[in-house]
Amino acid sequence: MNRFYVVLAVLAVVLGIAVFALLKSGGGAPAAAAGPPPAVVDDGFRGYTLGDSTAKVEITEYSDFECPFCANFATIQMPTIKEQLIATGKVRWRYRDFPIPGHAYGRFAAHAAQCAGEQGKFWEMHDQLFYHHQWAQTGKDPSRLFREFARDIGLDLERHDACMQSGRYASRIEFSRQEGLSKLVDGTPTFYINGKKFDGPRANSDVFKAIADSILARRK
Amino acid sequence: MIRQRQTIALLALVGFFVALYLWLHALGVGGPLKCGTGGCDTVQTSRWAVLLGLPVAFYGVVGYVAIFVVAIAALRPAALLQRGWSLLLLALASGGMLFTAYLTYIELFVIHAICRWCVGSAVIITVIWIVAATGLRSEHGARSST
Repeated sequence: MNRFYVVLAVLAVVLGIAVFALLKSGGGAPAAAAGPPPAVVDDGFRGYTLGDSTAKVEITEYSDFECPFCANFATIQMPTIKEQLIATGKVRWRYRDFPIPGHAYGRFAAHAAQCAGEQGKFWEMHDQLFYHHQWAQTGKDPSRLFREFARDIGLDLERHDACMQSGRYASRIEFSRQEGLSKLVDGTPTFYINGKKFDGPRANSDVFKAIADSILARRK
Repeated sequence: MIRQRQTIALLALVGFFVALYLWLHALGVGGPLKCGTGGCDTVQTSRWAVLLGLPVAFYGVVGYVAIFVVAIAALRPAALLQRGWSLLLLALASGGMLFTAYLTYIELFVIHAICRWCVGSAVIITVIWIVAATGLRSEHGARSST
């Protein structure tokens, strides 16, 4: 009988360790996706775009998913910009990653968006990351939450997991950041209108509409 | 009879850890389930993964703890000759079996996905039920022959 209780205790310890190991190994932001890449390679990618490819005005946004100003811009200004400028064919919008080095999960979030883009849902993930921005304020590992975002927008989770584990877009994200540095991006979000840096005091839908309208009026 | 109750206690302990893993995952501990197939996520994120506001795995944890505690209590020398413990074990195992049968039906015919951990738990509770039933039967046979 006593031997039975010894077996029971040993089994409990072994199974407890196994469950702990399973939970620990399953979580956490994969280093390959969360950190800088070992090498930077130009894969020719120049950002996801919204709007008419023939639009005469292109606004390029350098942004960081962990940045609160970027989240404000995405949730407050972008809906109007989409409606008034992008949907009307006046403006094509280009998103470029510029993860701020001090942000713990900026690269990881950018990678989640790239992996979603692989399945044709970059903008859906972009919206999830910005509209549920509480993750950026807690400092907690958001890998599980990002996975829920992926599920909510209908991604193939197995493919998404494999993409995140591989960190295959880390180089692309760093290339984008370095491109931003070469263009003197000094904060996020930073905008370029037809290649010219926007230096206005406030980037909002009214200002962009006025600039786009003036460019279009000159080109008529 | 001792062997059967010991086997039930061991199996309930294994089942407890399986259910605990699924429950902790449902509470947000750790990352993706180690599943081998995508079925676990489909099952765990379906609306049938929550019952009365609690993750289904929580009921598994409670059920296995109950079976384990009863099996250990039934191993006390004073309890070894009491048939009520065997009946209680069979009743608990039957409740678990019915619940598992319902969940397996949902997996197979409603969600159309199978979670390996759930299959593991289903096997464990089925074996517990068989051991409990044969234990009660052999007990009855022993009494009849005396």
